[in-house]
Amino acid sequence: MTNCIEIEGLNFSYNGDTVLEDITFSVKSGEYLGIIGPNGSGKTTLIKIILRILRADSGKIRLFGEDINDFSDLYRIGYVPQKVSQSEFYFPATVYEVIKSGLCAKKGLFKRLVEKDRLSMEKAMEIAEVTEFRNTLISRLSGGQRQRVFIARALAVEPGILMLDEPATGIDIASQDKFYSFLNELNTRLGITIVFVTHDLGVIADEANSILCINKKVCCYGPPDQYIKEEFLEEVYGRKLSIHKHKIRHEH
Amino acid sequence: MFEIFEFGFMKRAFAAGIIIALTAPMIGIFLVVRRYSLMADTLAHVSLVGVALGLLTKTSPIVNATIVAVLTGVGIEKLRKSKKIFGESAVALFLWAGLAVAIVMLSIAKGFNVDLFSFLFGSIATVSVTDIYFISVLAVFVFSLIIMLYKELFAVSFDEELAKASGLDTDRYNLVIVVLAALTISLSMRIVGILLIGALMIIPVLTSMQLNRSFKQTLVFSILFSLFSVISGLFLSYYFDLASGGTIVLVAILLFVAVFFIKSNNNS
Repeated sequence: MTNCIEIEGLNFSYNGDTVLEDITFSVKSGEYLGIIGPNGSGKTTLIKIILRILRADSGKIRLFGEDINDFSDLYRIGYVPQKVSQSEFYFPATVYEVIKSGLCAKKGLFKRLVEKDRLSMEKAMEIAEVTEFRNTLISRLSGGQRQRVFIARALAVEPGILMLDEPATGIDIASQDKFYSFLNELNTRLGITIVFVTHDLGVIADEANSILCINKKVCCYGPPDQYIKEEFLEEVYGRKLSIHKHKIRHEH
Repeated sequence: MFEIFEFGFMKRAFAAGIIIALTAPMIGIFLVVRRYSLMADTLAHVSLVGVALGLLTKTSPIVNATIVAVLTGVGIEKLRKSKKIFGESAVALFLWAGLAVAIVMLSIAKGFNVDLFSFLFGSIATVSVTDIYFISVLAVFVFSLIIMLYKELFAVSFDEELAKASGLDTDRYNLVIVVLAALTISLSMRIVGILLIGALMIIPVLTSMQLNRSFKQTLVFSILFSLFSVISGLFLSYYFDLASGGTIVLVAILLFVAVFFIKSNNNS
């Protein structure tokens, strides 16, 4: 399997404070990587550097085998942020318009959507189960439904990687379980590489096939069952943690 | 009723008014959804520096105002991007700096006269044929650029970070929005007046947003509300001898209040 993300010796500081130091890891195509770490450990910063929202001070980043600075097809990485800006609460846009905006960078300047793009959108809405909301205003949806819309937006470009930053924030427990099985299906059935930042250690233990734990530096990188252990987590988080397993059962 | 069109200046006022009514909400909608409503007001106030410069040097106030408004838009965007101060603080800073410079320049030019008041409050009688040409060229430019960049401007306005993560050059489109706003303000100055231009860009959009429609439909309704406000405002200002800018904005506000109450009653 080829690597779709390779990071070597990445450093990032903000206003003189070190945020990330000597980060090295790689993500293989088809992998489901869970990124964990305490608050302020640099998880979101790491994601934003990979997405070129922030720029690393030093280090090498390769996306799909290409240096990040030469990589022009950023749309191949679907991004679902922790929380989309407050604008969605009053922004007058339908679900269809929001999903369509995901195709903007892929299409390029002055190019209109063609039939193939519309089919991709329909497929993405079907996968994310939001087809019935296509003409509904985004502000009228619940937190869980909205997250599905943003996943559909990311899927519409047929990405190689889906990157999610604490996507279950604000979703009730029952919907969370459904949401995680949905992500699992995207990974196993559609073969989409998933990079997933979360505080939910139980989900990582159940879902991910590798784990990256960071606290400014890489604390561990490998299979979850090796590291999701109370004594190890206590060392990283500085306090005792209990792991709550979700009642997710996948049928493959 | 239509003897109003026997006067050349009224024909010019309607021509300019309709062009502005079509253009102002096109860029206004992007300012509103980005919580940048006061940007329009700031650019308008700062463009007073251009008017003052025109009165001082006997050059075209509108051309000067356009240049000053565009440069200010670029300045605000640079300051906002630097993240050294909040975006809204950058807008406020430019608003006061612009007004202060304009007032000092006007006092030097001894420009507190009828000319100045026509720019401040709008004066339909002073719209010249040259103004119409200038407004038309600017409007065609603003209108076509928004249509061509519609999907990019939508994506950047909906969520800047998401847009950037997908590979869009968000800095470029942010700049496009403020420059287009500056151009729209300059072209609206003659009819609505500097003090109320922002209102024409923003209020029809706010009215349209009460209808809870898609982005595209919100834009279309904004233009319709804007057209209605300008046309009926010009008629009222002519027949009742009222200031054109104030009358147009009052009609726009009455429309907002009416739609707001109708929607509130329907919802309850």
